[in-house]
Amino acid sequence: MIHTKDLTKAYNGTTVLKIDELNIPKGQSFGLVGNNGAGKTTYFSLLLDLIKPSTGNITNNAIVVDESEDWKPFTSAFIDESFLIGYLTPEEYFYFIGELRGQNKADVDNVISQFEDFFHGEILGQKKYLRDLSKGNQKKAGIVAALIGNPEVIILDEPFANLDPTTQIRLKGIIKDLAEKKGVTVLVSSHDLLHVTDVCERIVVLEKGEVIKDLETNAATLKELEAHFSGTEMV
Amino acid sequence: MRLKHFLNLEWKQFFRSASFNKSIGLKILMIFFALYFMVSFLAMGLALYPGLKKAFPDKDPFLIVNGFMFFYILGDMLMRFFLQKLPVMSVKPLLTLPVKRNKVVHYVLRKSGFSFFNFLPLFAFVPFSIMLLFNGYPKLSVLFWFLGIIVVTLIINFLNFIIESFSSERELSYLPIIVFAGSLFALNHFNIVSFTNLVSNAFMGIYNNPIYIVIPIAILIGLYIINFKMLKSKLYLDSSLKSKVSEVNASSMEWTKRFGDIAPFMQLDLKLIWRNKRPRSSMFLLILGLLYGLVFYPNPQFADSPMIFGFVGIFVTGIFLINFGQFIPAWDSGYYKMLMSQNIKYEQYLKSKYTLMILSVIIMFVLSIPYVYFGWKILAAHFAAAIYNIGVNSYVIMYGGSFNRKKIDLNQRAAFNYQGTGAVQWIIGIPLMLLPAAIFGITAYFISFEIGLLALALLGITGILLHQKLIKFITQKYLDSKYKMIDAFSQDS
Repeated sequence: MIHTKDLTKAYNGTTVLKIDELNIPKGQSFGLVGNNGAGKTTYFSLLLDLIKPSTGNITNNAIVVDESEDWKPFTSAFIDESFLIGYLTPEEYFYFIGELRGQNKADVDNVISQFEDFFHGEILGQKKYLRDLSKGNQKKAGIVAALIGNPEVIILDEPFANLDPTTQIRLKGIIKDLAEKKGVTVLVSSHDLLHVTDVCERIVVLEKGEVIKDLETNAATLKELEAHFSGTEMV
Repeated sequence: MRLKHFLNLEWKQFFRSASFNKSIGLKILMIFFALYFMVSFLAMGLALYPGLKKAFPDKDPFLIVNGFMFFYILGDMLMRFFLQKLPVMSVKPLLTLPVKRNKVVHYVLRKSGFSFFNFLPLFAFVPFSIMLLFNGYPKLSVLFWFLGIIVVTLIINFLNFIIESFSSERELSYLPIIVFAGSLFALNHFNIVSFTNLVSNAFMGIYNNPIYIVIPIAILIGLYIINFKMLKSKLYLDSSLKSKVSEVNASSMEWTKRFGDIAPFMQLDLKLIWRNKRPRSSMFLLILGLLYGLVFYPNPQFADSPMIFGFVGIFVTGIFLINFGQFIPAWDSGYYKMLMSQNIKYEQYLKSKYTLMILSVIIMFVLSIPYVYFGWKILAAHFAAAIYNIGVNSYVIMYGGSFNRKKIDLNQRAAFNYQGTGAVQWIIGIPLMLLPAAIFGITAYFISFEIGLLALALLGITGILLHQKLIKFITQKYLDSKYKMIDAFSQDS
């Protein structure tokens, strides 16, 4: 589904990301971990064509993302709060996103209704603007908005941060369900090793912009990751 | 925590802010204005005494100046309200550190005492006082009179912050000060209460009897204490953390549906305008713009000046276009990243803004029809100007937007808020207003009024006919600068 080839991104001569080859097949739940500055958000931004690659490119479903915009209809993302429109209510925001993705009101309502327990009664029908919601609730709204319109690729940057434990567990269920049952390719980044190993079939470790580990998740993965990160810390 | 720590923090905040390098043009402009005012005040201070002596040989210039003090105070107050802001300091990080709250408040207030607006009067009053001394006025009295001026300046300084803190929370925040200043002026003008004499007598009192200086000083201390209490009560986190939660009144805006595929963007734009302080207060500028013609038209001096007709016509029908248009696409800067990752057609996005601007031009033209009272020529000029605005200015301003690199914080007020204003916005204003005024003025002057109208209208119609081509061209410009805009909008100013 997503092929990365000879990709580098450099700012003023400093290379912040260098991925020679990375293939993510359709329907995989893919986890990206790494310390701050490892290049996780940079990679996601390149994938969404928000920044221009210095060399190489990313192909999303056979479409080169920085050449054509045809990947947009089947790709959705929630990177940070700047993806929200603060002066809309959550409902208005969902309908707006829905309209951009060619969904009518009923389609959107249908999607939202599946997540009522996820919202925990704090998002819908509150008569509040998104800018007035708490950080955690904003995040919930943004994540659900990324699920509108049956996307085939979903990109979530740090989805577990700022969420309460109950919601974290529910979100894990949602992500697993998307990848296993609906064949959606889900890309997730996180600092929380436990969560990613729970959710993702495959985990890639980035360090200083390069892929240094590429693991199929199994019972030993969490141990291996913990050893790796505590090891690098000691150096 | 000493004073030098505060100063050090602010120094770094100023020079390390991301926008420092970018807004250097604006800073130069501000410095230029400051220098201009300093020089003109200095010139005024030097020329005041000999000038008044010459103009009114039988009157004492000192008395005349005292007679005008009331108007000076009123003017100073108005100017400060619009231009001076209470020095802001990010206090949040300091609250948990061992710094006394009192110290922070004292620091902020004292710092405001060193504002440019408090030094400006010195440029006029120091030379004037020296002139008084040279002309044999008693030394001690002049000194205390001068001291009185300084104290009054500081009184205005602190009074202004009190007024501002009351009005900043409201819509139309400039109304209270205008009503306040206006009623003082009216009371004085119609001789109900003669503030002119009152203020003049007060200054003369200090001059004749220096002990009276304690009265303004007492007022100053009182105002300082009020300010201190107000600020200190605001220095608790819950007042800044707990932002006001406003109830939503959602409407479905079904009527936008008839605009077809641009409907979602139009709904978004309308909500943007109505639900955010900054664009909403620029809506109130519409009223101001509509009344702008009254400055010129009743004046017989301009009755035969087609250049003015063209200029006012462009201004009145295009005020929304210029106000709203110059910040495309910065209005959407807060969520620009999201828009760019969505499946949107840039053309629709721009067309929605275009449609809004066109509608505003038509509405403003209709509202300006009563100006026909001052002659049919005005109506005709407004009509031609409206066509020009639709066919030329709308495209020019959208094209200019593709060079926009400044983020806008939607919750700020508009009047004198230059956030999001870059050099480009200043430059773009010139062709927007002066060019059509010049085209119209020159053709009307050398050929005839009707040909002038025709010239403007034809240019506008050409633009309308080329609509598809122009929109395509502008869309391409926006696409070309996509990465630069995303990068610029994601930086905090």
